Amino acid sequence: MTEQTSPVPPKAHAPSPLDIPARGAAQKPAQQRPASSATSATSATSAPAAAQQAATAQSSAAQQTAQQTAPPRAQQTHVAPVKVTGAQALVMALEQVGVDVVFGIPGGAVLPAYDPLLDSDQIRHILVRHEQGAGHAATGYAQATGRVGVCMATSGPGATNLVTPLADAYMDSVPVVAITGQVSTNLIGTDGFQEADISGITYPITKHNFLVTKAGDIARTIGEAFHLAATGRPGPVLVDIAKDAMQATTEFTWPVQFDLPGYHPVTRPHSRQVREAAKMITEAKRPVLYVGGGVIKADAAAELLELAELTGAPVVTTLMARGAFPDSHRLHLGMPGMHGTVAAVGALQKADLIVALGARFDDRVTGKLDSFAPDAAIVHADIDPAEISKNRRADVPIVGDCREVITDLTAAVRAEHEHGRPADITEWVGQLAGWRAKYPLGYDDPEDGSLAPQYVIERIGKLVGPDGVYLAGVGQHQMWAAQFIGYENPRTWINSGGAGTMGFAVPAALGAKVGLPDAKVWAIDGDGCFQMTNQELATCAIEGVPVKIAIINNGSLGMVRQWQTLFYNERYSNTNLEDRKTEVKGTRIPDFVKLAEAYGCIGLRCERKEDVDAVIEQAMAINDQPVVIDFIVHKDAMVWPMVAAGTSNDDIKFASGMAPEWEATEE
Amino acid sequence: MSTHTLSVLVENKPGVLVRIAGLFSRRGFNIDSLAVGPTEHAEISRMTIVVNCEEHPLEQVTKQLNKLINVLKIVELEPAQAVQRELILVKVRADTDTRSKVLETVGLFRAHVVDVALDAVTVEATGSHDKLDALVKVLEPFGIKELVQSGTIAVGRGGRSITDRTLRPLERSA
Repeated sequence: MTEQTSPVPPKAHAPSPLDIPARGAAQKPAQQRPASSATSATSATSAPAAAQQAATAQSSAAQQTAQQTAPPRAQQTHVAPVKVTGAQALVMALEQVGVDVVFGIPGGAVLPAYDPLLDSDQIRHILVRHEQGAGHAATGYAQATGRVGVCMATSGPGATNLVTPLADAYMDSVPVVAITGQVSTNLIGTDGFQEADISGITYPITKHNFLVTKAGDIARTIGEAFHLAATGRPGPVLVDIAKDAMQATTEFTWPVQFDLPGYHPVTRPHSRQVREAAKMITEAKRPVLYVGGGVIKADAAAELLELAELTGAPVVTTLMARGAFPDSHRLHLGMPGMHGTVAAVGALQKADLIVALGARFDDRVTGKLDSFAPDAAIVHADIDPAEISKNRRADVPIVGDCREVITDLTAAVRAEHEHGRPADITEWVGQLAGWRAKYPLGYDDPEDGSLAPQYVIERIGKLVGPDGVYLAGVGQHQMWAAQFIGYENPRTWINSGGAGTMGFAVPAALGAKVGLPDAKVWAIDGDGCFQMTNQELATCAIEGVPVKIAIINNGSLGMVRQWQTLFYNERYSNTNLEDRKTEVKGTRIPDFVKLAEAYGCIGLRCERKEDVDAVIEQAMAINDQPVVIDFIVHKDAMVWPMVAAGTSNDDIKFASGMAPEWEATEE
Repeated sequence: MSTHTLSVLVENKPGVLVRIAGLFSRRGFNIDSLAVGPTEHAEISRMTIVVNCEEHPLEQVTKQLNKLINVLKIVELEPAQAVQRELILVKVRADTDTRSKVLETVGLFRAHVVDVALDAVTVEATGSHDKLDALVKVLEPFGIKELVQSGTIAVGRGGRSITDRTLRPLERSA
């Protein structure tokens, strides 16, 4: 039965978060600090010559990045030298690089930064409940919008709480800038109160980080941090700023001169390599386009579609690339890897050419590396040269931005075709179509009449549609969300792929909805994941961020339980989240419906198949409050297909103990 | 497995050594030796890193090193095309009976005695890894009380410099 435990207040029209005025914007007294707007009228003639040169360089850089990301909210302006505090310089620099939202929590060492932040008309600060939430919200914002996500925390424990989201963003190449307060320079190294060497701690999990101890370095460092985060292979950058540097007086000017002599990301692919790859594509009998998250990062979905249709080559999209190619397209075989479709896994295994585009041959995709795609030649295009030939040796390496690579590749393939060398891969495409028809994704309804988790997720996908933005935590629900929702557009599927961070969904959904206030943002979460970060429901409710959270509640750590079922003789060690002392139905700890209400959200529950559509529609009708739906699902549902960890992709099972017959469909 | 000598030019900034050493350890590489010091440019430091590994993992670690923002340039120095030197200081037991024999050995290796005490001499020697190994071997019978060794430093032969064109003008600005 579906129960609505909190009445929906009738509203003539639901306000979007955009309607909410920036905090104190209207009542703000006259500028108390030299704001960028007050000085932006300064003509270029008074700016130093160096700044003019820099501006020229910057405009060409801006053109380059403008193609890759959504346009920044603010135009950069020239600011002639003004006397400010380091903290004011920080806020002014954030405004200059176009920041419109910061997720964070203040504290002792970062207090100076929060004071001028209060006066910023441009920057909305969203006060989260835990710094991990700030980090994941910044990631969700960045993944949804393509812009750099920003989070802020104080020194010590505030900063160390950002470690998990930074590691997460690093693994998934998400452009995030984290700003942390640090104890004053005279205390650094003395085990001062709330001191932690956060730059030292985050060396291995950031693209780069900075410890700033001089007020005069703050603005330049912020400029550099945003440049590093957003260009090349994107990634998180941490800027740790000593408290006394924020309190000291300095001179602020904009633009700033970067000092990054060792940073030269390559975006233009080598034309000879591209021609060689095009030749291989037209000669291949069994080609596959193996598409990774880099295609989404490079905003290259349209270019990919053109390449696929020109070559007729089948496409597989990795967990990070769901949405880069329309699921409804006839050439799309779905997701490869451990829980990929039989057709996608089989296509890679039997291919004679794999064209990897912004993908990194992760172990979850290749299975046992030695037996991965034994007959395939590899064309590997990536913006990060270190990814090429890291796991699988590339026959044709191409270093470059995915959009430029795919554009050039399409032109080169077209040239090959014009020279009378079109590929004939009809037999291969037919074979794959056979596998796809014979081994579709599927599931059975539980025999005891309880709810199939796959059905719930499938219905959410159908009713919300391809315009929705879907997020997930990590585990079974994540795989089902990747499998059973049809993605048609890039940036509509946001998850923690590389790091596998449980608790990602709720705060990331907060960030995505703040970045895209008009989007239908749905987090598919597990009951285990949800309990790791659900405190951000308070943030969503208070800040007016009406996300939908669908908890796929099986009362257990489902994916771990699945492995215990398959590989540990059904010995369920510590995966049961239910209260084992009581068997009374309805006794739930916690009761997610009551929890949602306590957090100022609407709480709904659904336990029967016939109620699923109604409860989803009920949630969709609510646009002024976050909604949490507790879907009580069957405990023993498993994610199929599956390639067991460490085994060959050839040994994929499409259901328990069921291996596909590759040969039967071949001739 | 073979020994490779990498010359790494880095920005002379705090934390760079930790970033590089940390990268080697987390990617599973053992550093045989590492020497770091200033160069003819005040803003550039040079590290000489000796690693023992296969060709493919070396390529991988070189690419990962190149991704560090503070790394300016990496060159692998081929042994035949480079001069490689280490420095050792060895405190050898030497009383009035054995001192002349120790000094004779030191002379054969063109090493110097830099400190003399009643019961020991301290020998300074520079050279290739093999030469210094040989010296230590012949000094061992006298009794080695203490041995300190620097990392290898190396420079390519010929007139060209690897620091040429590494200081590009500042690229862009915000």
